[in-house]
Amino acid sequence: MTPAIEVQSLTRRFGDFTAVDAITFEVRTGEVFGFLGANGAGKTTAIKMLIGLLAPTSGQARVAGFDVLRQPEEVRRRIGYMSQRFSLYDDLTVRENITLYGGIYGLTDAEIRERGKDLLDRLQLGHAGDARVGSLPVGWKQKLAFSVALLHQPAVVFLDEPTGGVDPVTRRQFWEYIYAAAARGTTVFVTTHYLDEAEYCDRITIMVEGRIGAMGTPGELKRQFGAATLDEVFVRLVRPAA
Amino acid sequence: MSAAEAPLVVEALGKRFEETIALENLTFEVRPAELFGLVGPDGAGKTTLFRILTTLLLPDSGSATVLGLDVVRDFWAIRARVGYMPGRFSLYPDLSVEENLRFFAAVFGTSVEEGYATIAPIYRQIEPFRDRRAGALSGGMKQKLALSCALIHRPDILLLDEPTTGVDAVSRREFWDLLADLKASGLSILVATPYMDEADRCDRVALMQRGRVLAIDVPAAIGGRFPHLLFAVRAGNRYAALQALRGFPHAASAFPFGDRLHYGDVRTDLDPDAIAAEVRAALRSQGFVDAEVTPIRPGIEDTFMALMGAPEEIGA
Repeated sequence: MTPAIEVQSLTRRFGDFTAVDAITFEVRTGEVFGFLGANGAGKTTAIKMLIGLLAPTSGQARVAGFDVLRQPEEVRRRIGYMSQRFSLYDDLTVRENITLYGGIYGLTDAEIRERGKDLLDRLQLGHAGDARVGSLPVGWKQKLAFSVALLHQPAVVFLDEPTGGVDPVTRRQFWEYIYAAAARGTTVFVTTHYLDEAEYCDRITIMVEGRIGAMGTPGELKRQFGAATLDEVFVRLVRPAA
Repeated sequence: MSAAEAPLVVEALGKRFEETIALENLTFEVRPAELFGLVGPDGAGKTTLFRILTTLLLPDSGSATVLGLDVVRDFWAIRARVGYMPGRFSLYPDLSVEENLRFFAAVFGTSVEEGYATIAPIYRQIEPFRDRRAGALSGGMKQKLALSCALIHRPDILLLDEPTTGVDAVSRREFWDLLADLKASGLSILVATPYMDEADRCDRVALMQRGRVLAIDVPAAIGGRFPHLLFAVRAGNRYAALQALRGFPHAASAFPFGDRLHYGDVRTDLDPDAIAAEVRAALRSQGFVDAEVTPIRPGIEDTFMALMGAPEEIGA
């Protein structure tokens, strides 16, 4: 099977600063892949290239089978994206947001109706369709944003710090949604600053100064670094002198 | 203000925005040279509280004093003596590091030179980049600049609203080291954070959820408020094991915690080792052949989850 994401020597320079330095990795279909790193390690730049918002300086990346540089439209049709900062429109209702994003993703009116209903049923939000998104508690907003990012049944969904500021119970519920999506075959590419959440990923990579400092299952990384926790692995990679 | 007086006192403080209760009958105090943490997710009321304490917002009920000054009556005097770091990046991205610092010094009627000794331990780390635009700094460096700007007028108390949000785990740790140094120099600090693991770095913490305080105590004592017995569970298929644990007749809670599961059992009158053996046997009989169950002491996050109850439902 073709990998969901194939990255080969992907590089991005800004002037004489190399933000992403020849990274190579693959993400399998249905995998929950954690993408970690310190602030400024190049995570955001890498994600922007993978979702077709920034052209690589050199190297290649294929997402859902399409080249991000030559076929960005094909890529965008097959991916979902949500972040803590960009998700839904606060001034629109839950249903209006679903209709808007359904339209943007090119769904038919019938598809929007049907999938919108499924989505609300699954979240048990059927009664809140006319509530303004801005009036929802943060945790709910994030769960809704995740479901909307899956509305067009993308092959790959990119989640950029999806659980920031969310209470600890809702944070765990959110991960159960991630597992459910992965079980349905969606590939999940997720960044987080919560290292306990990195444990919930099938595999993780830790970026260090534009390169991949470590990659593997959480268990492999802990064994490789002789560390009890991923927190310890992270600190050793990011601050080798400390 | 005498040295023994609490530098910050909050009494029965309340604030609502239309139907939303942002703060409900909040009472606590920060002691001299104490590092006091407000720990809770978005929507807990942390930012509303900071806005009231910094005189940017009026409370609906109750009262608060900062350095003995009333937040409503003495707002002008308070502003000059408080160092405040708002939650969102508060600096001017188009000004350089040094220009930001000079600007904040000027606003408070002082100079970088006069405040330099206070900020030196922090500012020296970013001084090599003094000509860089603040907007072009990394997250950790922005945070150090914002802290320098909040300290430049040598305030008597520091109010920090989520200074570590969105910052990586290593930079967060370094930031807390800086706060420990500032506290050691005698500064009283009130700091908010959504990261439960940072609570241990405070002298005392208030766990907050939806405008209410769930518990106030020294971090080591918070776990004692956990109402059940707690166990760490390792089992091959974590998610299947989680479902199995939730189905147990005496289950109070079951949550993933890093590479383990934390299982709460309501039978507080039984021997923890006996419960552990029983849960292990039950898991093994359900096919989790390598299941391990160990009694553990609850941490702050365990306690927070037990005390917060079910996440908020959405009304019709």
